[in-house]
Amino acid sequence: MSLAPKLAFRNLFHDRLRLIATVIGIVFSIVLVTVQMGLYVSFERMVTVMIDHADADLWIVPRGTKCFEDPSLLDERERFRALSVAGVASAAPLVIGFAQWRTPSGGNTPIFMIGSDPRGAGLEPWNVVEGRADALAIPGAVAIDRSYFDRLETTRVGEYAEIGDQRVQVLAITNGIRSFTTTPYVFSSIERARAYTGTAANKASYFLVRVTPGANVMQVRDSLRARLPDTEVLTTAEFRERSANFWMFGTGAGFALFAGAMLGLIVGTVIVAQTLYSSTKDHLNEFATLRAIGSSGGYIHKVIIFQALLSALIGFCLASVIGWIVVLATADTALPVVITPLMTAALLVLTVLMCVVSAVAAIMKVTRIDPAMVFTR
Amino acid sequence: MTEPVIEAIDAVKFLGEGAGRVQALKGVSLAVGGGELTLLMGPSGSGKTTLLSILGCMLTPTSGTVRVGGRATADAGPEELAKIRRENIGFVFQSYHLFPTLNALDNVRLALDVRGENSHRAMQKSKEALARVGLALKMASYPSELSGGEQQRVAIARAIVSNPAILLADEPTAALDSENGHAIMEVLAEIAREQSRGVLVVTHDPRIVPFSDRIVSIEDGKIIGDKRPADGEARADKSGTAAAERTDKPSRKDRKRKP
Repeated sequence: MSLAPKLAFRNLFHDRLRLIATVIGIVFSIVLVTVQMGLYVSFERMVTVMIDHADADLWIVPRGTKCFEDPSLLDERERFRALSVAGVASAAPLVIGFAQWRTPSGGNTPIFMIGSDPRGAGLEPWNVVEGRADALAIPGAVAIDRSYFDRLETTRVGEYAEIGDQRVQVLAITNGIRSFTTTPYVFSSIERARAYTGTAANKASYFLVRVTPGANVMQVRDSLRARLPDTEVLTTAEFRERSANFWMFGTGAGFALFAGAMLGLIVGTVIVAQTLYSSTKDHLNEFATLRAIGSSGGYIHKVIIFQALLSALIGFCLASVIGWIVVLATADTALPVVITPLMTAALLVLTVLMCVVSAVAAIMKVTRIDPAMVFTR
Repeated sequence: MTEPVIEAIDAVKFLGEGAGRVQALKGVSLAVGGGELTLLMGPSGSGKTTLLSILGCMLTPTSGTVRVGGRATADAGPEELAKIRRENIGFVFQSYHLFPTLNALDNVRLALDVRGENSHRAMQKSKEALARVGLALKMASYPSELSGGEQQRVAIARAIVSNPAILLADEPTAALDSENGHAIMEVLAEIAREQSRGVLVVTHDPRIVPFSDRIVSIEDGKIIGDKRPADGEARADKSGTAAAERTDKPSRKDRKRKP
């Protein structure tokens, strides 16, 4: 095996203090990037979670709708028009809107109602851990998420509360259906949701369209657009993208997370570059000796790149451990940090890139080295 | 002298810039052949190290020609010069310049590694080189665990392991006591004698004169003397200093007669 990796390893571990400083720099940077990216992914998932779980090929939405939580209304007549279009198998109404939850102790807390037909296509609660989703067909039945037990002062199936002065009973409990706004999602039948949110019986927030088997979704979408000129018809992917773009970029939240990640990268690059440069300067005599005994520039660059890669690997491993601790610590919070396998791979590539880019200054320094300096030192 | 392995012809070198610009070499010509140990002697600032750097392809002359193995180096860029160095020249430095984080064997192996030599073969050659300089039992030792003399032997092993045509040594005994200095010069003389390599040693040290085949004197950037000690005029023995004081002209033949 070539001695270049060994020399790089020894150079790196020869000065433990500098190595620690380098690794801390990398870890700090990568953890910062991980957290920001993790929040970004988590936020993106959360803002589209309802769209992702809805049983729909196409969404008929009020014109100008920016995101799922946009509480505008459509008329039922649009649904019947939609049903007359070839290729449409069903068009399930969905009602969303804010309401007030009165806790058993008499307090009030805002909630976000989601009502669909429990017997048909729509948006049913998922991850039900207690009770049954189809129990929402029972008048007054609601489903809540266990992460909001404290807010709603309700902890088990069968308990009663009030929404807008109407008595409700919790008949299903879900796990992990959280809102990034921290306002609890509460599921009910569409009729009850209309009642709780003050929506007229002939109105709905969305119509969730299923196309007939074999029908071309895009063609059906275009037909619906032609048939329903006062609404917008979007595929699930289009609505998802619109919703995500609104929250991520329309509100500036995504930019803030992205900027945080960039800041982490810049800080990390500067720290690693500084330590690699200083390490190279300290070993300049050795690099000059290498040059004097006939080493090519490429060989010396290889040593420095190996140093950078070793630093990256050590830093990444430690940052990964810390990252997973952060993931576990935030798992039950309103906005958990999410790390996906793809993100882990991307972070590894990013760490390596960052460290290699950081080595450029050191390489430039060593490229200008005068081998004759070995005679004067 | 055999065909020159390395030569400078009318080499001129200016160092520094502006008001600090000085002429370190003023038209120096020097050729070193294989199988002889040449001493380059002169006071500080005489241009010894500049000449050594130019002959070693680390500096390029302002004017004049340098040839290594018959090839002119004038148009060579830094990478080409590095290639000439690794294929033709071995270096021994005053302060050894060993890598403190590598053991003796790896320090020697490094000279072959930069040539891209096969790892197994490089290991074998490095062991042989270390054995040749008497360090067969110290291969695993780190520089900090070796005496100055031993470190210089490792440096010599590193210089000869790639089988260069010429060895350039810069004050190889300056940091050593007389016993170790003597031992190092014996090794260098042996390399010149037995392996027919050219060895050029820059030195201030009169104690090593008895080991030379040729003494070149330089002063103010000019060569002022170039002599070959005549046979029988001196002998290098264990107390080479005394011999050197009697005369500065020991011969290689004399050294061969040494017990």
